[in-house]
Parts: sequence; C-alpha cells; structure tokens
Amino acid sequence: MYTKNGDSYFIVDGHIHAWDATPANQANRYGEGFINCFYDYHRNLSPEDQVWSKEDFFKQSEERILKDLFEDGYVDVGIFQPTYLTDFYVNGFNTTEQDGVLAEKHPDKFIVNGSWDPRDGEAGLEALARLAERWQLKGVKLYTAEWRGESKGWKLTDPWSYRYLEKCQELGIKNIHIHKGPTIYPLNRDAFDVADVDDVASMFPALNFIVEHVGLPRLEDFCWIATQEPNVYGGLAVAMPFIHSRPRYFAQIVGELLYWIGEDRISFASDYAIWTPAWLIERFVDFEIPEDMTEYPALTTDVKKKILGLNMAKLYDIDVPEQLRLPESAEGAIGAEPEPVA
Amino acid sequence: MTVGTPPRVDVAAIDAALGTVRDPELDESITSLDFVGSVAVDGGIVTVELRLPTYFCAPNFAYLMVADAYDAVVQVPGVESVIVRLLDHFASDEINAGVAARRGFAGSFPGLADDELAELRLTFRRKAHRAGQERCASALVRAGRDVADLAAASLDDVPPGPDLDRLRRRRLDLGLPAADDAPLLVDDDGTPITVVDLPAQLRLARTTRISIDGNAAFCRGLLDVRYGRRDEGAAG
Repeated sequence: MYTKNGDSYFIVDGHIHAWDATPANQANRYGEGFINCFYDYHRNLSPEDQVWSKEDFFKQSEERILKDLFEDGYVDVGIFQPTYLTDFYVNGFNTTEQDGVLAEKHPDKFIVNGSWDPRDGEAGLEALARLAERWQLKGVKLYTAEWRGESKGWKLTDPWSYRYLEKCQELGIKNIHIHKGPTIYPLNRDAFDVADVDDVASMFPALNFIVEHVGLPRLEDFCWIATQEPNVYGGLAVAMPFIHSRPRYFAQIVGELLYWIGEDRISFASDYAIWTPAWLIERFVDFEIPEDMTEYPALTTDVKKKILGLNMAKLYDIDVPEQLRLPESAEGAIGAEPEPVA
Repeated sequence: MTVGTPPRVDVAAIDAALGTVRDPELDESITSLDFVGSVAVDGGIVTVELRLPTYFCAPNFAYLMVADAYDAVVQVPGVESVIVRLLDHFASDEINAGVAARRGFAGSFPGLADDELAELRLTFRRKAHRAGQERCASALVRAGRDVADLAAASLDDVPPGPDLDRLRRRRLDLGLPAADDAPLLVDDDGTPITVVDLPAQLRLARTTRISIDGNAAFCRGLLDVRYGRRDEGAAG
C-alpha cells in the first residue's frame, strides 16, 4: 500500500520476475545478448540513483526481491510472469518453478503464472494441466518471440494455439498475458503486430487478454484492437519508466490509453527487476498530465488507484481491503467509440 | 564501367547516400539516428558499419537497412564495391552475408521466411504517411483551423517547413499525390478522407505518430547507453 496526501493506494505489480541470467546459466551468446538488452533498458530509463551494477542485475536474492517489492516498493501483491527462454539459458531464464519457490514461501504476496507454447503440441497440453494443478494457475504469460530450435516464434492464431486457449478455459486459467518480441514465424512479418490478439480475443470472450507493454512499439495497433475487444487489457510494463526520462511521452501514452480503452483496462507493472516499483509508484501518484495537453482527461486519484492495483485485483480476484476499494465504475472507454477505418 | 582512372569517391557523397536510408519503423534516416558506426573508403571499395540500439532489434527491419544502405552507396560515382557490415546483432552473419550475396531476405533466412519484405515496408510507409499527415493537420488545428474543415484542406494550406517536406516525401514513397493542390488528408490509397471519417482517422493517426516518435526516442536512448554518446569522444 502506498499513501500520499491522505489517499491510500492498493498496489498490484502485474509483471515481475525472479530470473537467473548469471553467466553460469547463460547457454550461449543469445542468453548473454538478452540480459544485456534488458540491462540497457534498465540503464537507459532509470534515474541515476536507481542504476544497479551488472552483477546485481544478473540475479536477485530472495531477500532483495522481498525488500525491493514489499519493504521499499509498496507492493501488496506481485504477479510473476515467467519467461522460459530455455534455448538461451541452461535452466531457463525465469520459469514457473523458479518463481514458484518464492510464491510458495510467501503465498499472500505473490501470484505465480504459468506458460505454454503451441509448438509443444499434445504433450504440452498435458504439461499445462499438470502445471495448472501444481500452481493453481489463474494466468499464463506467453512470449511469442521465444526461440525453439530452428523456430523463431509463433502466433496466437497458429492452429495449436487455439487448443491451448481452449485448455486454459477448461482449466480456469482466465488471464492470458501476451508479450510480443522481435521475432516471429515467418520472419518477414511484423513480429510486434497484435492482430492475432484481436482474433483470439473475439473467439474466447471469457478469457482476458492482457497485452504487455501496452503493445509498444505498436501502441496504435494495440489501441485499435483493444477498443473493439472488451476483454483486451493493457499492461504498463516498460511504459512506466518513461515517467522519469520522458514525462511528456509518458503522458501521451497514458492519455491515448485513457481515450481508447478507458481507465478500467490499464494496469501498473514495474517489470521487476528491470525496474523497481518504489520510484515508479511514487512518481505516478505525483504525476499529472501537463496542462498544455488539453486533449487528454485529467489523471485523477481514482484513476490512479485503478491503474495501480484495483484493475488487476479484479482480474485475479484479489481481495482488496474495504477502505482501499472504489465504488464500481461504468465499464468502457472515456472516448467516443471511433468509427472503423474505411 | 569507366575507362581509365575512376573518379575519386567523395566521402560526403557516401554520407549523403546513407542519409537517404531510413529506419522503416522509426521513419528517420539512419544517419540522424546515428546508426552509421563508420565509413571507410579505400580506392573504389567502401565499407560501411551499421549499429543498432539492441542485439535483438527485429531482423527484418535490420535487413532492410543493410540492404538499402548497400543499394544507396553502390550508386555513388566511383564506387566499385560496397561492404555493409551490421555489428553486434544476433543475425549479423546471416544479414551481412545475405546482402553481400544479393540473396534477398528469404534467401538469407532459409526456412524462416515465406516472402520478401515488400509488404512490411509498405505497412510502415503507410504508418509513416499517416503520422506525417497528422503532424501537419495538428499544426493547422493549433493555429486555429476547425477539425471538420480539414477535409477540404490541401497541402498548400500547410505552412512550409520540415513537416510538410517530410509528408511530401512519404507521399512520393507511396505514389500518392504530393502537389500543392493535393488533399492534405488521404487514406492509404489516396482517397480523400471524408468529414465523417476524419475525427477517428486523425485520432488513430495521432496514436501512430506518438508511437513512432516515442519509439525513436527510446531507440536513441538505447543506442546511447550501448555505444556511448558520439560527442563523448567515441572515434568514428
């Protein structure tokens, strides 16, 4: 919980990791390149006094994670989003099992999500059922740019993907987090395109599709599909730290999201350990849309409460203390429904 | 091609040629983005080194920049052969070898691509064009023009400047009308946008513009932390 000026905010950090990118776990140059890329994100967008050494960045101890998130970071519940990357890291980068160790020790603090990959076929469906049973999954995180042998990625509209989504429905896994990366099959296509999310969101209206990084670098494509699909949500991981380095751009991102999808479908995430939640939350609560950006609505305290925790709490049935709740708001976007593009 | 002594290769002409190559996704030239790490001229042989903000930048866009750089430099007078080398990228080897051997994208990534990159390029030219229209249209609205009135506006209603020049170039890329009397707001195939569609189209174009501008700034920042700022004394 975070309190400022008499207002208290229930905090759900919707995208966190407990990763192992130590050189000993790097399987090849891709594993090294991957963590270097994350570290550059970290160095580029963090305030100077929040920049870690590379060694600190490789892996975080349990003590450090608990301190960064819950002691210093105001987080009430953190949601682990696994990223397996078993082609890049000997034991995987951040698997459900790795995350689960912490989640099991601190069940009131963490929710652990699973993952699946349509390229695993029939055997993967059974493995998903076991994973769901073992970890009581309410959500999965899918990384469509994951490499698997010769394959450089997949789409949600691949035939086997539908089978996995059906399985999720059957197993009660209702939150599908989607993270797009730089590669896909076939490689000549735009790997960041979210059109496949549009398709599956229509086909599986009972599932929630949370697009990580609010579709960046394709904010416009994300907004366009999310406006038309009521079960598509936007997670702010990676967008959040712009609040420090480029506050006007951050205001534009949030302003556009409020216009297109409204205040009920946007959710906070630190992307820990790329960034830590404390400074992001402090700055977000203080943040206002610049006065000259008259095209955007104000970022009110109630909207901030929803984004920082209440929206995600609803998706994961997290029990929010009475005094931190808000009255139910009307569903839907603030902006008018735009006409489809001719 | 020439008989006798070939003309000396003008380094400034190489730089100018590279300045015509754009990052298709960020809609800026690779020189203004500082993606050109070095240029070396040895007689008629030109070697260009390109560098990108991350090791994992999308390989299709990376390929387009390497191939476009090759095509731009090879046309400079006096150039006999060109080597374009993409540095520090997961697919450097495939891209560099593929461009050098003129294999095309699908030929450079056997089994991983089902077509060349024309469609990808077209998609991003269209995005760049929509964003360019929005920049000019928003400037007019800020200057007091009514949004509904924009459907009747033409390019010569926009004050001259870099935004208008950029929009005209995007029009030419797409083979769309770019003369003074061309409508300011047209859809992807050149049909003027009607008053009815205008607010939604302009709104989506603004989101596109914000996305492109934001990504470009992010990539600049990543390039800076990866290679150090050029003005901090890096050679080249």
